[in-house]
Amino acid sequence: MDFETVIGLEVHAQLLTCTKIFCGCSTAFGRPPNSLTCPVCLALPGALPVLNRKAVEFAMKMALATGCRINEQNVFARKNYFYPDLPKGYQISQDTLPLAEGGHILIEVQDGNTKIGIERIHMEEDAGKLIHDEANRASYVDLNRAGVPLIEIVSKPDLRSPAAAVHYLKSLHEILVYLEICDGNMEEGSFRCDANVSLRPRGQSTLGRRTELKNLNSFRHVQRALEYEVTRQRRLLEKGLEVEQETRLWDEAQGMTMSMRSKGEARDYRYFPEPDLVPVVIDEAWVAKVRADLPELPQARRERFVSAYGIPAYDAGVLTSDRRLADYYEDVVRLCDRPKIAANWVMGDVMRLLNEDRRGAHDCPVMPESLAEMILLIEEGVVSGKMAKEIIEQMYRTGRPPAQIIAEKGMVQITDEGELDATIAAVLEANPRQLAEYRGGRDKLFGYFVGQVMKLTGGKANPKLVNDLLKKALHHD
Amino acid sequence: MKLSAMDVEYAAGLARLEITDQEKEIFARQLNEVLLYIGSLNELDTQGVVPAAHPGGLTNVFREDEVRESLNTQEALTNAPDTRGDFFRVPKIID
Repeated sequence: MDFETVIGLEVHAQLLTCTKIFCGCSTAFGRPPNSLTCPVCLALPGALPVLNRKAVEFAMKMALATGCRINEQNVFARKNYFYPDLPKGYQISQDTLPLAEGGHILIEVQDGNTKIGIERIHMEEDAGKLIHDEANRASYVDLNRAGVPLIEIVSKPDLRSPAAAVHYLKSLHEILVYLEICDGNMEEGSFRCDANVSLRPRGQSTLGRRTELKNLNSFRHVQRALEYEVTRQRRLLEKGLEVEQETRLWDEAQGMTMSMRSKGEARDYRYFPEPDLVPVVIDEAWVAKVRADLPELPQARRERFVSAYGIPAYDAGVLTSDRRLADYYEDVVRLCDRPKIAANWVMGDVMRLLNEDRRGAHDCPVMPESLAEMILLIEEGVVSGKMAKEIIEQMYRTGRPPAQIIAEKGMVQITDEGELDATIAAVLEANPRQLAEYRGGRDKLFGYFVGQVMKLTGGKANPKLVNDLLKKALHHD
Repeated sequence: MKLSAMDVEYAAGLARLEITDQEKEIFARQLNEVLLYIGSLNELDTQGVVPAAHPGGLTNVFREDEVRESLNTQEALTNAPDTRGDFFRVPKIID
């Protein structure tokens, strides 16, 4: 039987606020255990939460960027369950009145763009971190992360393949990072994903029984886990067996998903409105203010780069993959008006140098002004492409502008015809045998003479000029 | 609406409370009395009344995103029944 795969994703993104969502503790990662806590995030009796305004605004940005409708009335709710990483015995989340609902993003698949619906985006607090000690039958709790602001982005079950799911995830990731509201670091858990997967006979409209996959810590894990799970479910269904509705953990080492033993108890979170927090009312003026602050989103920017700068879609994709890199590129283009050449330099030498040092474009030592100047110097014939490679390396190491480096290193290209004519004459005189062979019909030796001239000038001769002058010299006498 | 001893057992399970069969009967009776009392609210006509999420009438109470000093680790761990180094220690959690 032919089955259709149905996937929905729940993404948790940590917001890049300085402080936690309901208290003034820092959200810094990697601090000593339990050094960033207070009575609120430790759940000491009598402590009361107060909402971080910036967390709301960051969440609103994501809602607007994904075309969601922001609810005017926002209410926080208690989600009740017991787990040692949750000191209050409930998580403050949102239930019936979430921040936003009904959006979508476009993802690019083989046959064009597909719309993937977003069911809702809500705000909540993160839990603490547990470290399990196999030897001692004990778990250790670090509450630094407890109370870090999260948004949960729930997709509609619109994804039809593991590849599409990864595509969607990468798009969400890109938007969050572009908005500068999440650092997107999957290893540190700033961007996490759970997946709901089910199969159904093609053509059937009701959904099949689904499983929920957890522990998907990278894009690769998501892809592999989903592929494994789709195969597992298909084999069950083909044998006429049923898929059990359960939560399964991805085990990367073994390359399989495994059932999380539940104690046979259905989840019952008993949501109710959080009495310690007052409702949040988001009026149109507030929405408009946040909307006005939104940057151009990656997809729109890619399309503009292609249409406005005439660069290939591939280049536009690379250049817009990082907002700061795209800013850098645009600065260079603004200053030299050579979009394709600028794209080549940024994607080539600039990115290589930055990647070697794991540096971002925002602190690139080669100022956009310097790169633009160098591009114009090449075009004017002052420096050759080969010299420029060395110059950019120097600009990167020293942060100095190209003119200064050229002057210091005596790198200016030789464009003086008299000087080059003399060099050519010397080369021809020193190579009588090759000259005779060339004149006897060995055209290939032309390149040899060019090479000799370049060698004598230390690579500084303008290659085009050498070509012209050499031709003249060889055919003249 | 009528709560049974089974409902009480379920609620006790969610709250991780161990109660005896005798207590289940007692609590079921008491909780039914509470529900009956609260149930008188159902007699009110609430047509056209907007549901309230909070009784105070306040909205939009925020703090700015400014870091305040946290407790130090020793203070944070003071009340814990069991610790190890800088951590709270709990019985092993099995998923």
